Amino acid sequence: MILTIAARELKCLFLSPLAWSILGVVQFILAYLFLGQLDTYLTYQSQIAMMENPPGVTEVIVAPLFSSATIILLLVIPLITMRLVSEERRAKTLPLLFSAPLSMSEIVLGKYLGILGFLGIMLGLITLMPLSLLLVGTLDFGLLASNLLGLALMLAAFAAAGLFMSTLTAQPTVAAVTSFGLLLLLWIINWAGEGSGQSVVAYLSLQGHYEALLKGLFNSSDVVYYLLFILTFLVLSIRRLDADRLQN
Amino acid sequence: MDSDTLIKVEHLSRRYGDTLAVNQLSFEVKRGEVLGFLGPNGAGKSTTMQMLTGNLAPTAGAITINGIDMLENPKAAKLALGFLPEQPPLYRELTVDEYLDYCARLNRIEKGKVAAAVEYAKERCGLTHMSQRLINNLSKGYQQRVGIAQAIIHSPDVVILDEPTVGLDPIQIREIRQLIRDIGTEHSVILSTHILPEVQATCDRVQIINRGELVLSDTIDGLTQRMQSSSLVVALRQPPALETLGAIGGVTAVESLEGGRLRISHDPEQNPAEQIVEQAVAAGWGLYELTPERLSLEDVFVNITTTDHATQSEQEEAAA
Repeated sequence: MILTIAARELKCLFLSPLAWSILGVVQFILAYLFLGQLDTYLTYQSQIAMMENPPGVTEVIVAPLFSSATIILLLVIPLITMRLVSEERRAKTLPLLFSAPLSMSEIVLGKYLGILGFLGIMLGLITLMPLSLLLVGTLDFGLLASNLLGLALMLAAFAAAGLFMSTLTAQPTVAAVTSFGLLLLLWIINWAGEGSGQSVVAYLSLQGHYEALLKGLFNSSDVVYYLLFILTFLVLSIRRLDADRLQN
Repeated sequence: MDSDTLIKVEHLSRRYGDTLAVNQLSFEVKRGEVLGFLGPNGAGKSTTMQMLTGNLAPTAGAITINGIDMLENPKAAKLALGFLPEQPPLYRELTVDEYLDYCARLNRIEKGKVAAAVEYAKERCGLTHMSQRLINNLSKGYQQRVGIAQAIIHSPDVVILDEPTVGLDPIQIREIRQLIRDIGTEHSVILSTHILPEVQATCDRVQIINRGELVLSDTIDGLTQRMQSSSLVVALRQPPALETLGAIGGVTAVESLEGGRLRISHDPEQNPAEQIVEQAVAAGWGLYELTPERLSLEDVFVNITTTDHATQSEQEEAAA
């Protein structure tokens, strides 16, 4: 049942030009950055080779690529998630889901899974770029896996927050702007000045947990952070949709 | 509870802030019955239907669909329910087939039976030749039909339609009414509308709701009875004095209308038409027209909703 909703969500995404253009634009920008990194690596290759503990191709090219990918996707994901619920609210199609034998959790999970499907496709396309290096050399697969895991978790977290913001309004644009604001805030929250609450605030930041994974450090607490983040926003979304039915 | 009672509503209320949109509504619908739900705008029709279908939670009261409690076991209750909201919930970027396929799956039809269910619903709603069209490109009437197809796709015991004929042309309205009658033979149907002839054309029973309260619940026959008024209009070439007419047995009042016509009100138990004709012939009044007056459904409706309104404001004044 969840999969039925997810499949429709994914299908409708690809029926609009939005999904295609987003995939195209993101791929184009990242390809440009990837080529830039590759160029840098080739220029300094001889110097890098002379270093005592030389960084590998994966470290020099893939990690920065994935790091930039998150920033770009931070801008882009709100555009994909904005329509999830708000569009249905605006077109008054929610009663179809509400009067079908479905629980709220199934509806929310279905929609979330649909978006994850789309992000999976996007992640696959992005990963193709580093994988193309296999034609001429080899990669550090451990580091690549850790980078991929980090990016995947980050995207999943973005999508959960975007989904929640979309349940709050009937205007997709408002949903996009607010989810972008929320994500940006969570991104830069650790920039706040020193203070007693500093460590707590820094812990909340999405960015901190990502950097370790980019370096190839797999710390289960980072993974748990993302999972909790996703769970929180999914539960909030379910509660928000339930509130539609209940007494206000 | 009677096993043939498909919908049972008890003391249903819903509040929006300070306004009581639906107040202590109770009714039942049996299998094979089409119930017309009438009321002026803002009477609480849509709110009631949204509560019946689980789109809104009631403030108080109980809803039982086919013996299953909607509030305690919403998934099972919704399985026996098809709903067409005021605005059909259509995904306009899908084709009719894709959309109905999705609806069938949402309503937990087994994989192997989805295609058959879609085919059946399309056939019932006259959509077979529109299968591959985008819903967005369909006319309003066809979109409405897709909405109805969506509501009956899983052959639910209860079908709830909120103003299904709004915005359709007269031919489409007739087709949709016929469709509703057809559906009503096997399922229970609740139909909300503010178009009165529609009720006469499609429903077995009528409920009129005003300001969130049930003000009338009657069969169509009962309603027709109510429409019979107790007055005659007669036209005479040489009318006698009004007193002569007033003396005829059963006549309670005589009133002159324009064009030489007279309205004769009478005791509902005692129709004086025969005596009037006999006397007119005997005395040579020159009777050339005699019509029993009939209230239209509109009149009954206006009567019920406005009297109720009047008594209510009287009560309010008394309370103040």
